Amino acid sequence: MKYLNLFGEYLLFLKRSIGKPEKFKMFRELFVRDLYKMGNDSFGIVSIISIFIGAVAAIQIGYQLVGSLVPMYVLGRIVRDSNILEFSPTVTALVMAGKIGGNIASEIGTMKVSEQIDALEIMGVNSAKHVVLPKLAASIIAIPALVIYSMFLSNLGGIISVNFSGIVSVSGYIQGLLMDFDGFSITYALTKAFTFSFLITTISAAHGYKTEGGALEVGWASTRAVVQSCIAIIFFDFILTQIMLYK
Amino acid sequence: MIELKNINKSFEGKQVLFDVSAQFEKGKCSFVIGASGGGKSVLMKTMVGLLVPESGNINFDGRDFLNIAYEEKKVIRQEIGMLFQGGALFDSLSVEDNVAFPLRMFTNWSKEQVLERVNFCLKRVNLENSNQLFPSNISGGMKKRVGIARAIALNPKYLFCDEPNSGLDPITSRLIDELIAEITQEFNITTVINSHDMKSVFDMSDQVTFMYKGKAWWKGNKEAIRDSNCKELIDFIKASEF
Repeated sequence: MKYLNLFGEYLLFLKRSIGKPEKFKMFRELFVRDLYKMGNDSFGIVSIISIFIGAVAAIQIGYQLVGSLVPMYVLGRIVRDSNILEFSPTVTALVMAGKIGGNIASEIGTMKVSEQIDALEIMGVNSAKHVVLPKLAASIIAIPALVIYSMFLSNLGGIISVNFSGIVSVSGYIQGLLMDFDGFSITYALTKAFTFSFLITTISAAHGYKTEGGALEVGWASTRAVVQSCIAIIFFDFILTQIMLYK
Repeated sequence: MIELKNINKSFEGKQVLFDVSAQFEKGKCSFVIGASGGGKSVLMKTMVGLLVPESGNINFDGRDFLNIAYEEKKVIRQEIGMLFQGGALFDSLSVEDNVAFPLRMFTNWSKEQVLERVNFCLKRVNLENSNQLFPSNISGGMKKRVGIARAIALNPKYLFCDEPNSGLDPITSRLIDELIAEITQEFNITTVINSHDMKSVFDMSDQVTFMYKGKAWWKGNKEAIRDSNCKELIDFIKASEF
């Protein structure tokens, strides 16, 4: 019953937050600020994680293929598909849940406890829409863009690691990388990325928005936002995979 | 004029406001005083629409504020200015942008018109040349003054001040009091002030409502307070004096 109530509250919060911006000019300013903050500030962490994930995936999968009857150049294809289908969208989303989600929850939570949200309401502004909508719009652009960036870097990481480890020649690895590419895997990955962006932003914003108390509660809201966003990502990862890959 | 009739409010079954009725007149500073937990803040939050009472009526110049649609409520809210206890300035915006916020949100004025009005409001609260400062860089008293400038930016009909003196030194407190009193008369605003500060009450109040245990226990003016034989009010004033 408690979880049903929470879900109901979340749906009502979405109803208040999503819609036509009250003043487009102000929405645009906030959107640009949030897009810059989410995208630009996340390039570093996404770059590091993507390169290492690709590198480790190439070594681990290569280790499993050694001695098998599967030709080693297939390694490139397997690593590519793993990166595009799972690692880039899901791991990037999990990292963003920690970085962007925590930030959204603490920013909105601080606004709530310092009465800035009340100030907006008293002025006659729909505070939920004013605060959340630009962040949602920014995240559904920034996170999929970061996922695409991560796809390239993780495959680059694979090339770097096979070059150093010598599991397979770089030319052989690239041959596998270019083999039987199916564009649907990009559609699938981006569908996940859009879904995860929506979940991260709205779950984190909802936690921030219902914060009451002081600094301690803001910290708790931030932690809950990250944990629940991660759970939602994993859950929807499974659902979307089931729906899209086995339709 | 703001008129409250039989306002009742409770939280999780615990009643905190009991049949509160009061009138706050135009062009006057009306104080709501009382000890912490007496219901002042809940009453103010109910008046501005942040809390919804279980029963009762709130009228702003004859317009019902409770039984109307959200969009209609927004129109009345745009006529309300509020000074919060902590200022409630937007952290990410400069002083200029904080004061400009309601103007940019609710008017179609040009940048020049907005800046002119912002500068007028900042000058009115003696904060010229502070446009580019951020809330984190200014003192508590300055935050209150920026809060007042933001509250009056849209020429409000109603001004609500929640503990305007809390956390301020006595000199800054008096300056804030004088500013609120001047603005109330100058713009003919209906001003409602929540306060513990009896010096402010005796200096600038036109009307006083004493809240005790969630009830509007005593109503009158500052002259009547001294002559009152209301024990709870006398106890509160005596405690404030020492």
